[in-house]
Amino acid sequence: MAEYLWLIPTLPFIGFLINGLGGLIYKKVSKKTLNRYFVSIVACGLVFISLLLSTVAFVQLANMPNEHKYIEQKCFNWVTAGDVTTTGYYDKVPSKTTQFKIEWNYFFDPLSAVMALVVCGVGFLIHVFAIGYMWDDTGFYRFFSYLNLFMFAMLTLVLGNNFIMMFLGWEGVGFCSYALIGYYFHKKSASDAGKKAFIVNRVGDYGFSVGVFLLFMTFGTFNFKELGEIIGKLPAETHFGILSAVGLLLFIGATGKSAQIPLYVWLPDAMEGPTPVSALIHAATMVTAGVYMITRASFLYTRSYLSLEIVGFFGVMTALYAAIMGFFQRDIKKVLAYSTISQLGYMFTALGVAAFSAGIMHLMTHAFFKALLFLGAGSIIVAMHHEQDMQNMGNLRKYMPITFWTMMAAYLAICGIPPFSGFFSKDEILWQAFARGHKLFYVIGLIAAIFTAFYMTRLMILTFFGKERIDPHKKEHLKESPAVMTIPLIILGILATIGGFLGLPAWLGENRFEKWLEPVFEHNYNNPVFKMGHYTHSFEMMMAGVSVLAALLGFFVAYYLYGKKGIVPDDEKNWGRLWKVIYNKFYMDELYDALFVNRAKDLGNAFSAFDQAVIDGGVNGTAATTRGTAKVSSWFDKYVVDGLVNLQAWIVQTSSGILRKIQTGVIHNYALAVLLGIVILSCLYIFR
Amino acid sequence: MEILGVPILNAVTYFPLIGFLIILLIPKKKETLIKIVANVTAFIGFLISLPLIINWYKPEVIKGMKDGMRYVIDVPWIRTIGARYQFGIDGISLLLVLLTTLLGFIAILSSWSAIKTRVKEYYIYMLLLQTGMLGVFMATDLFLFYVFWEVMLVPMYFLIGVWGGPRKLYAAIKFFLYTLAGSVLMLLAILALYFKYISIFGWDHRTFSLFKFLHAGLDPQFQFWAFLAFFVGFAIKVPMFPFHTWLPDAHVEAPTAGSVILAGVLLKMGTYGFVRFSLPLFPDAMIKFTPLLMTLCVIGIIYGALVAMMQTDMKKLVAYSSVSHLGMTMLGVFALTQIGLQGGVVQMINHGISTGALFLIVGIVYERRHTRLIKEYGGLSHSMPVYATIFLIMTLSSIGLPGLNGFIGEFMILQGTFARTDLRVYAILAASGVILGAAYMLWLYQRVMFGKLDKEENKKMKDLNLREVFTFVPLIIMAVWIGIYPSFWLKYLKNPVKRITDIYQKKLAENKINVGHKYKVDYKGMKKIINNKMSEE
Repeated sequence: MAEYLWLIPTLPFIGFLINGLGGLIYKKVSKKTLNRYFVSIVACGLVFISLLLSTVAFVQLANMPNEHKYIEQKCFNWVTAGDVTTTGYYDKVPSKTTQFKIEWNYFFDPLSAVMALVVCGVGFLIHVFAIGYMWDDTGFYRFFSYLNLFMFAMLTLVLGNNFIMMFLGWEGVGFCSYALIGYYFHKKSASDAGKKAFIVNRVGDYGFSVGVFLLFMTFGTFNFKELGEIIGKLPAETHFGILSAVGLLLFIGATGKSAQIPLYVWLPDAMEGPTPVSALIHAATMVTAGVYMITRASFLYTRSYLSLEIVGFFGVMTALYAAIMGFFQRDIKKVLAYSTISQLGYMFTALGVAAFSAGIMHLMTHAFFKALLFLGAGSIIVAMHHEQDMQNMGNLRKYMPITFWTMMAAYLAICGIPPFSGFFSKDEILWQAFARGHKLFYVIGLIAAIFTAFYMTRLMILTFFGKERIDPHKKEHLKESPAVMTIPLIILGILATIGGFLGLPAWLGENRFEKWLEPVFEHNYNNPVFKMGHYTHSFEMMMAGVSVLAALLGFFVAYYLYGKKGIVPDDEKNWGRLWKVIYNKFYMDELYDALFVNRAKDLGNAFSAFDQAVIDGGVNGTAATTRGTAKVSSWFDKYVVDGLVNLQAWIVQTSSGILRKIQTGVIHNYALAVLLGIVILSCLYIFR
Repeated sequence: MEILGVPILNAVTYFPLIGFLIILLIPKKKETLIKIVANVTAFIGFLISLPLIINWYKPEVIKGMKDGMRYVIDVPWIRTIGARYQFGIDGISLLLVLLTTLLGFIAILSSWSAIKTRVKEYYIYMLLLQTGMLGVFMATDLFLFYVFWEVMLVPMYFLIGVWGGPRKLYAAIKFFLYTLAGSVLMLLAILALYFKYISIFGWDHRTFSLFKFLHAGLDPQFQFWAFLAFFVGFAIKVPMFPFHTWLPDAHVEAPTAGSVILAGVLLKMGTYGFVRFSLPLFPDAMIKFTPLLMTLCVIGIIYGALVAMMQTDMKKLVAYSSVSHLGMTMLGVFALTQIGLQGGVVQMINHGISTGALFLIVGIVYERRHTRLIKEYGGLSHSMPVYATIFLIMTLSSIGLPGLNGFIGEFMILQGTFARTDLRVYAILAASGVILGAAYMLWLYQRVMFGKLDKEENKKMKDLNLREVFTFVPLIIMAVWIGIYPSFWLKYLKNPVKRITDIYQKKLAENKINVGHKYKVDYKGMKKIINNKMSEE
């Protein structure tokens, strides 16, 4: 029925092979790099076809009745191995013996559809933007091949129909992220950041894989649909049980990939990568994988009150914590990085209160406005010749009007000003948290919203307003970016502005977004804890007003501090120690280094020494003992055993030396001896 | 199955000896000719091993099966003691035989410009080694097995001792004595088995055949001691913690091709020995020892990885990574579940591919710069893009990125270990090795390949030539093949693995060890499950 589904991820993979492998061979053979137009057409063209195919699948899905919104394509059996006996789930699901099988299958349901469209759509725009951004780079073909590989992995992640396919994409995007963060590999900071990202993600993946092991050993399948059907019949766990354990383990994976406390540390460093990479991977798509995964496994999470609560708690804490860290950063990309972590925190808050569609909605609008903010930053960075420090910007709106206006749309969206997209999605999350009885989450979320408006306003003022603080050399070439970069900005600007209308809050009309996703959540258990309270529309409207007020509060504080005077105040002097702690990210990197990295190294050194001293010491000791024994025995041989032998010889020799003297060879001597003998014998005989 | 009238297993095993004889006749000075003969021999050696897999499912081959072994050769050998010349392979041996012929060829090809002294002797030893290793994977008579086991020791000793690095003599002697110490114990155990069998069935039934021993019904007490003796022999070869210290020395000092063979094939003889002999022969002892063995594996995984991380010598780093990877392999084998054991065997092959390739990778820069110290390099990506790509692929394969071979092995091993509820804690601990694996490999890659190209000597370094690229191509193909479609290879393992685990299925149940039938955790909270209140509304 949908035999083209496999093409959606595979086409970018072909692009990877053409540009990557082809580019390498071409460079080897002809000593030239692949033609840039060719590379761009292949890379963007194939992603565009994937986008079209996703749209076709989306239309096909939309025309299906709600109960059957599900397209699957079987490709082949990835792994088929021996039998496994599952443990079963307490007395609810019996133990069974089943073949260990992992399928390489793709599927398309409303949730995959949203993800695929966002990934392909935003991905395509960023690909186009990157043509302009990377044009002068010598590794042009290498960059695009990795970007395409990323698209393959990300699409596999969202279209794979089981946990292992998801894991393939999950690790795949992790690798692409590693490769692209370290794209400027001659810089140590870049390759360090890439390595850090990979290893921190591995910590998360460790949890993820143990969770998957446990899940499989309990239910005997990796397949989402089958798991949904089995777990869908189970009641919720009120105490810590298998489902809670699985939920928490999977969440560890999500904290790694989606940069939540405590594994967020890699994302700020990841800004070492080229800006389109930050936009695509570290803002719009890859980092949302954790949100997607938990939503995909919502049938499981809704059955564990505990794990949902923890997801929500970590989410909202991250939202607040990361927003604070965004306060005083000077690097424009760093601010955006913390903002991304914070916004992801909002999404996890939504998941934590079981408002999955609100989380996905925010994922989508965030993809629009955050990609736009990053691309806008990229546009500035290119125009400013790789200047990222906001202290050296100011009044850029004069030079870069398109960048300014599109970023303005994104700015309003992230602050939550109606009718921009972020308002609808963020407000929905806060409202759901409130209405489902998580007042604490609501309050923290609201404070984080104030902070968001604060640091974003600061960012806008420092870059686009106020006095020009631009290096005169750079100013000469300062101009708006070319069309290949501004057109994606404009399209994203439109999306960031109107994207929110897909999911209107109840007091404005029908939430079409939620309705679209409904079939995905058919197995969800409506945990009574998360039941919506009964509130009137006017009350809900009032709460939306509160959110807007919060944003305005943040705006005014930032305006008061940074906007009014027209000059940049010295944060360091004004805030003292507070500045220092926040600017240094609460010294978390140092803490992790001290706790884990350095201790692992110490342990490695200690073990290395142990190897040499103790184990090899034992071995060499044995050898030495053997040699010593050999020496002793050779001494014994030489002096005792041989000594005895030689003693005999000596005795014989000596005695024969004496006796030899008798043998003179002279006859009369012998005759004398004979005579002497006769005399003695005769005497003996006579005198006896 | 025969090739030109020679039974195929004989043909595969002894074909390298033909090259060996030809090289003997060639004058020492004609080095190029010697190289050509050796390479051609090794290549044909690989080709004639292919019919093994091509004909695997042919009816006449299946009909000729005996005790689950195919292509069986079974003739009397030393009648007075009852030793037989008994060859035969099942799926497990098949994969290892193919790995051996492939890696043997690659190792010989990679030596073309690396070996400059005593060329003739070098290739003679390489080919002799090849025959020795192949024999080990095919022999099903323990006496014959032991002969091959010792035969391959000699050429390896000379390869390290003659063509090795500065501390070659120390390393070679250490390697030889370490292994010999183990194999002496193994010999004792083989003799003990032999006389045990005679004491049960009488002198007329004297035999060394594995399949006879399998049905001898050995008592647990005997199994305990025999297992221990075999264990030392195999564990040294694997090497398992704490018998591993010969490995870094041997690897560091051995010439590149020697390291490739050492890591790729020789270590597999230990793991293979466990699978082929210890597991089926001594099930009671095996079950008794499982916690201890698992602990050693887990220590090996984490310990090896941590030590690898702090190495300054590239080869030593890869060598310690082998300790870690083989700990993982043995974990799967000792888990005694189908998935674990299959994963373990697949991981043996994977380790041969990726670690073999990593040694080649180190060898390539060593040949150009004559140093293996990591700090001497840096920024090589600038001057050697092809090399960088291949190094990256093999790094990823080694750290188990899904889509490449390492992931399949590791995943199956961990899943297979996790399948036994009593071993879950080991699986969870072992899985942390995956994090450390990424750490040391990526750090190595960063220090060697990334950064600025600041050393003059490194700027002049040439990228791979066609021959060098060609040595990697088969390994990359295999890495991707096993990563994307492992089912092809796993199907050969299904029956032999099942034959082993079936023994344990029963034994484990008798010993009341849970293989997953019942979940033992007492969970009081379940009583308080609230029913779906929403449905009431």
